[in-house]
Amino acid sequence: MITFDRVNKVFGFEGREVHAVKDVSLTIHQGEIFGIVGFSGAGKSTLLRLVNQLERPTSGKVIVNGLEISSISQQELRKLRRRIGMIFQSFNLFNSRTVYGNVAYPLKLAKKSKKEVDDRVKELLRFVGLEDKAGQYPEQLSGGQKQRVGIARALATSPEILICDEATSALDPETTEEILHLLKKVNEEYNITILLITHEMNVVRRICDRMAVMEKGQVIEQGSVYEIFTNPKSKTAKNFVSSLLNDKLSPKLLERIRRDHSGRIYRVIFTRDNSSEPILSLVAQKYQIVFSILYGSIHEFQDRLFGNLIVEFRGSDVEVDRVVEELKTMVEVREVTEHES
Amino acid sequence: MRVDWVTFWPRILEATGETITMVIFTLVFSSMIGIAMGLLFFVTRKGNILENKFIFSFLNILVNIVRPIPFIILLVALSPLTRAVMGTTIGTAAAVFPMTIAACFAVARIVENNLVSIDPGIIEAAQAMGASPLRIIFGVLIPEALGPLILGLTFVTVGLVDFSAMAGTVGGGGLGDLAMSYGYQRFDTSVMIVTVVILILLVQIAQFVGNFLSRVFLRR
Repeated sequence: MITFDRVNKVFGFEGREVHAVKDVSLTIHQGEIFGIVGFSGAGKSTLLRLVNQLERPTSGKVIVNGLEISSISQQELRKLRRRIGMIFQSFNLFNSRTVYGNVAYPLKLAKKSKKEVDDRVKELLRFVGLEDKAGQYPEQLSGGQKQRVGIARALATSPEILICDEATSALDPETTEEILHLLKKVNEEYNITILLITHEMNVVRRICDRMAVMEKGQVIEQGSVYEIFTNPKSKTAKNFVSSLLNDKLSPKLLERIRRDHSGRIYRVIFTRDNSSEPILSLVAQKYQIVFSILYGSIHEFQDRLFGNLIVEFRGSDVEVDRVVEELKTMVEVREVTEHES
Repeated sequence: MRVDWVTFWPRILEATGETITMVIFTLVFSSMIGIAMGLLFFVTRKGNILENKFIFSFLNILVNIVRPIPFIILLVALSPLTRAVMGTTIGTAAAVFPMTIAACFAVARIVENNLVSIDPGIIEAAQAMGASPLRIIFGVLIPEALGPLILGLTFVTVGLVDFSAMAGTVGGGGLGDLAMSYGYQRFDTSVMIVTVVILILLVQIAQFVGNFLSRVFLRR
């Protein structure tokens, strides 16, 4: 478990102060995958580095596994760091060591016997699927393979927490999927708590349980991934969500739809339990009107469906009004206007 | 007066031996001191693992004072110290002392420059694993910089051949001494040519060995 309690971090550069992390309070529970999204410069990277004290907080408390870590000695800190694995955007592998040597390094730091090191390295290389690359050097590997080595190395000392600094941002979409799959496996098989930061909404959507949105050093929104994706409150969160869901109608498209379709146009949002029922059909049949779906998408978050559709209803005004009234009792319905957000 | 080559060859051989001795001893001593200084330089930098403004500034100023002094001047200026440490200022062994002083500052800068080029992320990764500063220095910094470091030391070695010629003129012996006293002062071009050819060969060998070793450690 990681708790940030009113944490601030201020950097001083030649008299100029940069408030990188502003009054952040956040709790990451044991065993969950927690994602922090934000644009670059939002302070996510600094926040992440507070967890293993690569940065020290200016004020506030960072509590890791019940230990208030800004007050512990250097030696205790080094011990604690062995319980927190870390992976990086640029992998940061030791170029002078083989794949085997990279994974063995943290074990040697922990003064494990040669036999223990050998067993553990082999086990981890098998886990990440790189048994056959043990003798190779990082420069001979692809990006995805390098990150696998990074993950194996981070897991070497059996940490309880894994922190990921934009771990997939340097990878192509396909490799990103592979690495995310591996992280999910790490979380499930070893029950490791994962805290990750990213600017890719897709990463959060794919593997996170809960998330927070950061802007200008502050956490402006937090909650379950489903909550934030289906009902983002802040402008930044809305932007991030729509970047992935792509559910906004461009003015040009709306104009064309209006030209081609004479009926009244509504946005219908299905959440939670009703996504799988034929609500539209049932209501349309009941009132004898016709509808057509013009645009939209249905997504899955944390095994739940979320639908966001643009629907045209054709019929007399009175009938359509009745339909909308009835639909509103079950799902969210909004008339589409030119300036909808 | 031309030299008698039959009797002169042994002198050439002896001088070559002296030059090699000066270069190798200086290389060993200056590498030990210079690498230590360079590491200290790097780790005490602002934001680094053992940030220490005082040590860093002190080293920086020291290096910047010693490095611009022409070696021939340093050689003479250091002679009282050389006498105090080595007991004499004449001979091959005595030449090693000022050469080491001059070379270790060059080595320190080269080491520092090579360490700066290591990706800071790699050092951060080691810190995140709970490595102590000492473990980072010996387990990460040195292995990561070893390839370019060897090339840097090769560069210094070639410079040392040059230094040794100057040290020769103030009684250090070696090929430089021979080239100066026979070739330059007595206008014996043949001695000059022979010594220069041997110096070129020495430099070639040093460069070859350096390139070979760096390739082994770079593994590229």
